[in-house]
Amino acid sequence: MITRALMRNSTLALAIGTGLGLAGPASAQDQGPIKVGILHSLSGTMAISETVLKDEMLMLIEQQNERGGLLGRQLQPVVVDPGSNWPMYAEQARQLLAQDQVDVIFGAWTSVSRKAMLPVVEELNGLLFYPVQYEGEESSQNVFYTGAAPNQQAIPAVDYLIDELGIERFVLAGTDYVYPRTANRILEAYLKDERGIADEDIMINYTPFGHSDWQNIVAQIQQFGSQGKPTAVVSTINGDANVPFYLELANQGVDASDIPVIAFSVGEQELSGIDTGPLVGHLAAWNYFQSIDTDANAEFVDAWQAYTQDDAAVTNDPMEAHYIGFNMWLEAVRKAGTTDVDAVKEAIIGVTVPNLSGGYAAMMPNHHITKPVFIGEIQDDGQFQVVWETPSTVAGDEWSDFLPGSRDLISDWRAPLRCGNLNVQTMSCGGSTAAQEAEAALAE
Amino acid sequence: MKLFPLPLFASSGARLFALLGLCACLMVVILGQQAHAQSPDDAALLESLGTGSFNDKSEAINSVAASGTPRAGEWLEAMLDGRLQLAGDGTLVIVASTSGRSLEARAALDGAPMGTIERRELKRIPINNALRVQLRGAIATLDLSAEDPAVRRAAAAGLFGRVDDDLVSLIEARLEGEEDESVRAALERALALPRLERGDVTAIEALRGSQDNAVRLALTRAAQSGDAQMAAAAQQALGEIERRAEINRWLQQLFFGLSMGSVLVLAAIGLAITFGVMGVINMAHGELIMLGAYTTWMLQQWLPGQPGLAVLLAIPAGFLVSALVGIVLERGVIRYLKGRPLETLLATFGVSLILQQLVRTMISPQNRSVVTPEWMSGSVMVIDGLSLTLNRLYVMLFAALVFLALLAVMRATRLGLEVRAVTQNRAMARAMGIRASRVDLLTFALGSGVAGLAGVALSQLTNVGPSMGQNYIIDSFMVVVFGGVGNLWGTLVAGLSLGIVNQWLEPWVGAVLAKIAVLVFIILFIQKRPRGLFPQKGRAAEG
Repeated sequence: MITRALMRNSTLALAIGTGLGLAGPASAQDQGPIKVGILHSLSGTMAISETVLKDEMLMLIEQQNERGGLLGRQLQPVVVDPGSNWPMYAEQARQLLAQDQVDVIFGAWTSVSRKAMLPVVEELNGLLFYPVQYEGEESSQNVFYTGAAPNQQAIPAVDYLIDELGIERFVLAGTDYVYPRTANRILEAYLKDERGIADEDIMINYTPFGHSDWQNIVAQIQQFGSQGKPTAVVSTINGDANVPFYLELANQGVDASDIPVIAFSVGEQELSGIDTGPLVGHLAAWNYFQSIDTDANAEFVDAWQAYTQDDAAVTNDPMEAHYIGFNMWLEAVRKAGTTDVDAVKEAIIGVTVPNLSGGYAAMMPNHHITKPVFIGEIQDDGQFQVVWETPSTVAGDEWSDFLPGSRDLISDWRAPLRCGNLNVQTMSCGGSTAAQEAEAALAE
Repeated sequence: MKLFPLPLFASSGARLFALLGLCACLMVVILGQQAHAQSPDDAALLESLGTGSFNDKSEAINSVAASGTPRAGEWLEAMLDGRLQLAGDGTLVIVASTSGRSLEARAALDGAPMGTIERRELKRIPINNALRVQLRGAIATLDLSAEDPAVRRAAAAGLFGRVDDDLVSLIEARLEGEEDESVRAALERALALPRLERGDVTAIEALRGSQDNAVRLALTRAAQSGDAQMAAAAQQALGEIERRAEINRWLQQLFFGLSMGSVLVLAAIGLAITFGVMGVINMAHGELIMLGAYTTWMLQQWLPGQPGLAVLLAIPAGFLVSALVGIVLERGVIRYLKGRPLETLLATFGVSLILQQLVRTMISPQNRSVVTPEWMSGSVMVIDGLSLTLNRLYVMLFAALVFLALLAVMRATRLGLEVRAVTQNRAMARAMGIRASRVDLLTFALGSGVAGLAGVALSQLTNVGPSMGQNYIIDSFMVVVFGGVGNLWGTLVAGLSLGIVNQWLEPWVGAVLAKIAVLVFIILFIQKRPRGLFPQKGRAAEG
């Protein structure tokens, strides 16, 4: 316990130190360039997904500087590489905020990396824009979640399967970590309680990161799907494990019209590593597809392909999320007239900017945004064909309505409330048992 | 050859679509055949395929199938493949293939060649899963009256399990005019299921032993019917089917295990030489595998359109690339660290990081897509109900060949003799005039080259990316240590048995636990027998 006390003291000391450091050159800071931190892994396993987001941010910043910057000042990117190492995300975030004194951070991909950065960003009062679909059950006053919450991706996808395709049996297959486990917990509760799917009609399967031998699992899925009821696979399989998974599906002849697979983590970027011929018709649920036919999107795709000097460069959903997040931040800074974190936090709620699919995204008081939901079918050129979309945009719901612990919680970061987990039954902030437990653990 | 046993194994959801589509288009087929004599407005029909919502297109497909126009089959097939596209001027064209920058096109209406058109100016006609099922059904129905008996047979087989009341009369009519015996048999079989549903006991005979899912479901329903004779016959047929299915499952499980085992053997066998025989702890072994995989990718880039040839050429090329890197590694690093395992481990780990970052910087951090040649994709049906995936079958074969070749090198060549001599007693071998350091170099190059071969094979199974080697390094050491250091047979037995155990456990405990269980098993085993399954004997090994 001595070590713990020591650690607490040292973080306190650090916080005081950095606080002092921040206070010093504040006035000088108003003249120089505005610093934008980019915290994406450029090496290691996550480099496959995150490198493009770094490049996209550089492109957006360059474009903005050509338009004259922000508040008459130029934007200056500060790029760091956490190397797919989760604790490193926290250290790099601290370096960006305390040492480089960036005004905002765009970064992270996996939920573990976000959770690692969270305490640092809160302690040093930074701004973090997180662009990837995630499991929800979180709301921080310093984080803006521009990716989809479960109700903006998973729930509409399952609704599509049941209502449009008449699916009655579900395989929930995922990679073994926090996002798939939480998403599947929500989906299981939703399927059983709201849609009346029986227990024996749900099969749940987890595989390790980078799993490459899918023979058995695909055979099991086929077996599960051969009981006379229409069956679908809901896949939260993450990263490059998808390639051998889809390869095995194709080789064992699991066709999309027999057992469709709907994926939450497979986008254009992931498909660019596979021959999609045999996968035609399998599905994905996202809030953006490269194939969406709008002027804004055509412009964005052209700019991206010109910037990367690659005609075949693809765009994807997290890229759109960064596009929206970046524009929201610009708008909020203009509105606040300063890059000061507290002022921007105040100003950004309610800010509305165009998205790439012809509509608008608004920042809600819970730091989540409104998004349309699209279901796309994989085509043989590696793109998606939209086959269904929600009639209007859906606001992100951070605390799922389908989990017992989080049902009564809401988040509202506007002036009088300022609470990330308000229990509407007891009207007390931090009212969930989970939050209480966490606090108890901290206090110990 | 791609075998998509789609219509046969279709789940009932898809079948529902198919039936709806089929019966709809069938009715129009019958009605339409009379109608076609009147003015068939082919242009309007064609146009309707290319416009409107998915629902509109569904109707359009039915009218086209029913119209009796000679081009119907061609249109529908092109639409199914995404080759029916809309040109800039609003005409529908059929392109020869969908890949490439400019596509060779002809007019869909009359087949007149139109030269090549830029892909950017073409827009494919979008379809979805339901339409795809409907298109397949419509094409199969059209094919029933094709000239070629093989096409008719395939169409009849494709209709199995999705024949509804309307189709029955059509198939019965076709059956009367049909002269080809095999097509007749296929048509009879297609009729058996609906006859069973109507309570015809004799239909069970035609379905006996079939491993088709639709048959199993129909028999299960029949076995619960009120008719005692029917129920008994169905029950009996069902029992037979279940027994066969049980055997199939066992065989499939064995295949899965052997296939995973052969991947382990391939990945580990190079290490069995460098680590097992030479005693070098080479942490860059995984990266040598990666280089072999990248060689395959590189060759495919250089030989566009010939992925199969590229894969074959990659076998010698991958060996050479990895062997060359192995030579540089041995001469540049490992030679100076002889007998210092810890330093070797750290140095080669550093090399592994350098190689990964090199690929990441010079090629891309993104995974590369290695195309599986046509003859390696899909599956082959060995017996009814048991299909084996071709790519894994080839990899098993390849692993066996590599193993035998390596065994031959170690047993029957001068190099093999010298390697064995040097590893058994270095000083004595040198006294006999063997240049030990040259043997070291060649052995390491051989082991590295074999790692490259593993990479070529793995490029057909999994991701090709900068960090792919990391997934195999632990497994490789595990296999070599379990099998007994310095023993090729040990590596073979260890790899295959670990593969089988892992795949056998997986359905029971899941992929995550199966992996852990195997690791725990090996730890316990090594406690009991530290030298592995097949320990080396003799003085050299004892020292």
